[in-house]
Amino acid sequence: MKVQLKIQRFDPATQDKPVWGNYVAEVEDNGRVLDALHYVKWYLDGTLALRRSCGHGVCGSDAMVINGVNRLACKVLCKTLDQPVTVEPIRGLKVEKDLIVDMEPFFAGYRAVQPWLVPDDTDPGGRERLQSPEERARYDDTTKCILCAACTTSCPIFWGDDTYVGPAAIVNAHRFIFDSRDAGDRERLEILSAREGAFRCRTTFNCTEACPRGIKVTEAIQEVKRTILYRKV
Amino acid sequence: MSPAAGKTEPYHKTRYKGGGGMWSWILHRGTGLMVLGFLFLHILDTSLIGFGKHHYDTFVNIYKTAWFRPLEVLLIGAVIYHSMNGLRVILVDFWDRGVRYERQLSVAVNVVSLVMFVPSAFIMLKPIF
Repeated sequence: MKVQLKIQRFDPATQDKPVWGNYVAEVEDNGRVLDALHYVKWYLDGTLALRRSCGHGVCGSDAMVINGVNRLACKVLCKTLDQPVTVEPIRGLKVEKDLIVDMEPFFAGYRAVQPWLVPDDTDPGGRERLQSPEERARYDDTTKCILCAACTTSCPIFWGDDTYVGPAAIVNAHRFIFDSRDAGDRERLEILSAREGAFRCRTTFNCTEACPRGIKVTEAIQEVKRTILYRKV
Repeated sequence: MSPAAGKTEPYHKTRYKGGGGMWSWILHRGTGLMVLGFLFLHILDTSLIGFGKHHYDTFVNIYKTAWFRPLEVLLIGAVIYHSMNGLRVILVDFWDRGVRYERQLSVAVNVVSLVMFVPSAFIMLKPIF
């Protein structure tokens, strides 16, 4: 099938402002937006810049604004979209070229919440730290994050202030805060109760709608907020 | 640089197609600013009494003109929406099941706001027609 594309083209090194590039791509009937973008890059215009790695919804490289909403280009079928399909870089981050943005503010927020297991002082005696299936289930939803930034860059608060840690960072904090083996709650909750932490969230639910992994992002953020308020983990 | 194949056209900023939650947030901000704006106006008008009754009366008489009435109706609408939506936000923040009932809560806010606003607007606008 033919897919009409309007892609935001912008090279800050040579251009003052972006333009729409119009293309017609040829993809299979079940082709995804990523296939259409590949067609453009490989057969029509090699200067198109985009990020993608696995191409199968796991690596989280190709989040972009597709027809006005954040999606992974490798998970959206062209046949489900109104044409022309508009493709823009994710918002709130500086465009480096075309669909590639500087992800550093996003990863800075991620690093800020210490997204690693902080063990307690007890010595497990050379064995693994066990947890029950129920304890594992407590944070199962937030283990699914692939750090694609679709949630964080769908957040109106983040668009206006990239020092806000953002939904993805809070989701990843949630993953450890509710892990029974983790002992770093106090510090993480301290970080998230700061001005640029969880309470910047205004529950617009854009993040939940945008998550390609179906994580209940807003629900996780609200759990973190209430944990900060009541200090119960 | 211009794309070798395919025509270019000027880029126009598009709108992110967020859901109801985004719109209620925008409305909440907008109505909040309206109420805050009125509060400043109100501080101004009451402070005029310090400069004499005449000044105060002149200002308050502006409020009584017919063209000011629709603005007051808007103010009532803003107060109603902001307070009802504020209750929803409180529930979503503090009630552990609030997030799961987000859609129903939003519908409830819109319905209750309308039910409160329509008769209020009718009563307020009736005298000027």
